[in-house]
Amino acid sequence: MKLAVSVQGKDLNAQVDPRFGRAAGFLIVDEESLESSYLDNSAGINASHGAGIQAARTVADAGVGAVITGNCGPKAFQALQAAGIKIYTFEGQGSAAEAVKKFKAGQLTQTGGPSRPGHWG
Amino acid sequence: MVIAVASGKGGTGKTTVAASLASVWGGPITAVDLDVEEPNLHLFLKPVISGRATAEMEVPLADESRCNLCRACSDLCQFKAISVMGDVLLTFPEMCHGCGGCLAVCPEKALSPGVRELGEISWGRADRAGFLMGRLRVGEAMSPPLMRAVKVRLAEIQAREPGDVIIDAPPGVSCPAVNAVMDSDAILLVTEPTPFGFYDLKLAREAFEPLGRPMGVVVNRAGLGDRSVHDYCQESGLPILAEIGFDRRVAEAYSKGLIVAEALPEVRQTFLELADRARGLAQGTADA
Amino acid sequence: MPEILVISGKGGTGKTTLTGAFAHLASNKVVCDLDVDAPDLHLLLKPEPESVTEFYSGSEAVIVPERCDDCGLCAEMCRYGAVGRGPEGPVIDPLKCEGCKVCVHFCPAQAIDFPERHCGQWFISRTRFGPLVHAQLFPGQENSGRLVTLLRQKAREMAERDGRELILCDGAPGIGCPVISSLTGTDLAVVVTEPTPSGRHDLERVVDLCAHFRIRAAVIINKYDLNPEAAAGIEAYCRANGLDLLARLPHDPAATEAMVRGLVVTEYQTDGLAGLIRRAWAGIEALAGLKRAA
Repeated sequence: MKLAVSVQGKDLNAQVDPRFGRAAGFLIVDEESLESSYLDNSAGINASHGAGIQAARTVADAGVGAVITGNCGPKAFQALQAAGIKIYTFEGQGSAAEAVKKFKAGQLTQTGGPSRPGHWG
Repeated sequence: MVIAVASGKGGTGKTTVAASLASVWGGPITAVDLDVEEPNLHLFLKPVISGRATAEMEVPLADESRCNLCRACSDLCQFKAISVMGDVLLTFPEMCHGCGGCLAVCPEKALSPGVRELGEISWGRADRAGFLMGRLRVGEAMSPPLMRAVKVRLAEIQAREPGDVIIDAPPGVSCPAVNAVMDSDAILLVTEPTPFGFYDLKLAREAFEPLGRPMGVVVNRAGLGDRSVHDYCQESGLPILAEIGFDRRVAEAYSKGLIVAEALPEVRQTFLELADRARGLAQGTADA
Repeated sequence: MPEILVISGKGGTGKTTLTGAFAHLASNKVVCDLDVDAPDLHLLLKPEPESVTEFYSGSEAVIVPERCDDCGLCAEMCRYGAVGRGPEGPVIDPLKCEGCKVCVHFCPAQAIDFPERHCGQWFISRTRFGPLVHAQLFPGQENSGRLVTLLRQKAREMAERDGRELILCDGAPGIGCPVISSLTGTDLAVVVTEPTPSGRHDLERVVDLCAHFRIRAAVIINKYDLNPEAAAGIEAYCRANGLDLLARLPHDPAATEAMVRGLVVTEYQTDGLAGLIRRAWAGIEALAGLKRAA
């Protein structure tokens, strides 16, 4: 399965970005081979509104089965859920590599609902 | 004729002026509250409401069985109200602006018109004046769609019973305020003689000038502040059509929900003159 | 780090006057004027801009006469009545154009351009009370809340970068997009009202809005002595709805006197109204979990 990790840098050493909708970018990681590619999230950052939806679209188009991030608002949550993409919370600081490692070890919690209240705008 | 009562700054006295003007108008008049976010006109005119309607807006309803994921809708939508997520078609009706683009562009007829509730429109009579208002549903973000629906109802009312119209506009100078004043024959800008009042009066004038409607100023709470508003009106050629002096009795009457033109005789006189001047402004007859 | 928003539902109740005073009393904060439509806080805070950024949001449709066949399809399809007639044929009224792109997409002659809309400017400024993030929408522009969201983000970035304790925001009147954009995710809404039928009516709507977005709200009754009975009614409403009542402030010409001098009330005087505002601010700090300034 492919994973999307919200990141502040561009490779597996990059820090996990706690934001989803306005994350700097996403690292698309193959769970098995750990091959990764970087997807810029300028569409989400620059979106005057609906950033969460835009980011959700970006990762859905990359064919991921799960997202690892810090915080996810309600529209992004709804969009990801509709696409059948699971959302896992990574808390605190750490690199994308650590996040994937914890995910594979079953140490990350799957979120059942949005973790931030909605933002309008 | 349609007279819009507006202001850049909130709380300057638009509703006070609109209610009093409507009560002294003389001749068939409909008072319309287009401040749909916080409608207050009914609190003063106290109309007997004879009819109500829920106002709705068209939003897309998705039939996923027909969707072939072509994304034409998602690509066209400027408001992120419809998205193709992987192989799922998802709509966010609260983001929709009702443009109909997705419905028009879908090649598979997978979208049909659904509705989003905007709020409520109600109408009736307040003594000799007709009355009409919109009330935005709490949580609904956009005023203009409901305002448009109220204006449609106004046109229906005017067709049956022609007469003049006084519009109580929302505060500010962005899209809701512009929407409220854009179809009027004259705009009365209500302000107060303070730095805030002055600054927002300038904004209002800049905002509404492109509409090409004659504008005049009503100074409320005159005497409590400074001369910046008066000086500005003189420099810019904006006529001051009335001044309502600051008077605690006016504030107290207002705080009791009274129409100030009915509560205080000298204020009534001010409004009778204002009505004449507003009519003159709308008809393009100068009243120096 | 807490974010406090001062709103009112009804305009003119005193939210900017009070936010100005709170900006004076609060320590170590970033102040934000979210009333981008008719911003007034700068008149009290007298900001010196350190940066100005143009704000572009959405787009508008513009017909290019040389390419237009005058087929009339745009006028037919436009749901906003934005297509009128000019001397050279159909022309789009930018005040009515919603930026939906329908006409652009369907025009058979591809005669319609869709440039970004230059909606306004936003500023990061220095004031005697610390940094101020503020903006001015150009008159007539849409106030969808996008600029409000941007200002809040910038304020938060600055506050985190500079180790501030608080973000203090002056909000817009009403309950529409800009207010919703200011409210969602804030920590405390301080609602300023007045003892009049409009004040009461609008207070209830904005409190409903806070409840809708699950934002804690507290109330200040301004000019309460205009109608003590109505003020008591508002107090009862607050009690019945679990809203903290922070203060009852009298109508006092000191507020206007200070404004005319370009001062906030608490700079203009120490007792009277200013003393009551200080107490109200202490109440706000307590609710927001802030330590009192030494």
